[in-house]
Amino acid sequence: MKKIKLAIKIIIFLLLLFGLWYGLYYFKIWPAWLFPSPQQVWKTLLKGLANKTLIIGILISLKRIFIGFGSALLIGTILGFLIARIQILKETLGILLLGLQTLPSICWLPLALLWFGLNEKAIVFVVIIGAIFSITLSVQAAVLNVPIIYLQAGKILGAKKFTLYRRVVLPAIMPSYLTGIKQGWSFAWRSLMSGEMLFITVGLGQLLMFGRELNDMSQVLAVMLVIIFIGVFFDQLVFGFIDRQLKRRWGL
Amino acid sequence: MKLQIRNINKKFNNNGHSIEALDNINMEISYGEFVCLVGPSGCGKSTLLNIIAGLSTPSQGRIIKQGQPGFMFQEPTLFPWLKVKDNVAFGLKNLHQEKTAIKEKVDHYLKMVHLSGFENAYPHELSGGMKQRTALARTLILDPPILLMDEPFAALDAQTREIMYTELQEIWRITKKTIVFVTHNVREAVCLGDRVLVFTARPGRIKKEFFINLPRPRDLGNLEVIKISNAIHEELKEEVEKFRQEMETHEKN
Repeated sequence: MKKIKLAIKIIIFLLLLFGLWYGLYYFKIWPAWLFPSPQQVWKTLLKGLANKTLIIGILISLKRIFIGFGSALLIGTILGFLIARIQILKETLGILLLGLQTLPSICWLPLALLWFGLNEKAIVFVVIIGAIFSITLSVQAAVLNVPIIYLQAGKILGAKKFTLYRRVVLPAIMPSYLTGIKQGWSFAWRSLMSGEMLFITVGLGQLLMFGRELNDMSQVLAVMLVIIFIGVFFDQLVFGFIDRQLKRRWGL
Repeated sequence: MKLQIRNINKKFNNNGHSIEALDNINMEISYGEFVCLVGPSGCGKSTLLNIIAGLSTPSQGRIIKQGQPGFMFQEPTLFPWLKVKDNVAFGLKNLHQEKTAIKEKVDHYLKMVHLSGFENAYPHELSGGMKQRTALARTLILDPPILLMDEPFAALDAQTREIMYTELQEIWRITKKTIVFVTHNVREAVCLGDRVLVFTARPGRIKKEFFINLPRPRDLGNLEVIKISNAIHEELKEEVEKFRQEMETHEKN
């Protein structure tokens, strides 16, 4: 019942939003080429899907984020564990990472272009950099915050060394780890979009810039809607789902 | 074989100051004996338990024991990501036992602690008493010869605690474990133990021992239990007072 009420509220809100959009368009407050109607944007969206430009853009951007984010997840997790467990790494690399984290990841693009050239590697590199710090730091903090009593209980029950990590530490860090992963994902997604816009190569960011160059506001808005949709999909549905499952289990 | 605690000393380092927590502790605990350690807080009784468990190393002395003792902590340390049955099976899985054998044992021990039917619950869905019963089953399933318990019922409400006293005595009768039970609740110690050892305030030493030769099962209302508890209370009063004074001078500095 609560859910239905919430759904109704959201639907009414969206209808009002579209009404407002259409109203602003209808009364020609701004010229139509700067402020297209919802129908025009919808048509552009369908056209982009039909002639596959949009689909190719989506697939290529997703491929980049999967490769970049996946690598960041793997490297960041291992790095986080190492930094948490090895004092000298914590005092050196840990502090370096804290500093590097403050640098917006898109600032790495010029360096990446010089290192890797105008190609796929450069953009994936920026995505990895975008995600890796928050993942590493969240793993590090989470490992250090595992209640000592869980470790003691695990040891008493015969989990030693690697088994202790696999069966106690890893599951125990899951809530904070997941928060780090979620943050890493959104940083990676932002880096990818900025990267694709600055450095012209096929992808959603490029389609957005094409829209600008062609003075095609419908395309700009259509691509923005797609980017929002993908963002919401991963943030709410994929990570949100895992997060809710975890919270329900742990009783958080 | 007896559990032997020989000349145990333990010093902690606190900002360059050496603090003596345990001073020359000696005891022998027979197979199947139920021993309770009581003392003012900070007297090192939990430290001693950690040393027996192997979670902490003594500065001096040694422990002679057979096998890894089981340990029950004051706070429920069930793993929140595992269901009750998986928490109980945790230790057996580390030994790579067969699945059907594990399931059989889990069922057996859950039944022993009266938790049949809660196999699939997560820890947060259990009451405090049920959590500690799960923790007990998780410890007992490994069949450790010695069971160490660090104020396991301190966080429970009075009614639940009394039920746990009865159940623990029953489980002890069936399983014949050697139990070392730490508490600051004297009446609890007298109700449960064959022997009660009173510790001094820091550094912890054994001040006196009381043998409790009362029939079982006992409960807190038993007149003899109350009488012996009062005698032990007298012994403890001095120590608690010492501890209080020490804290006060500590605060003044």
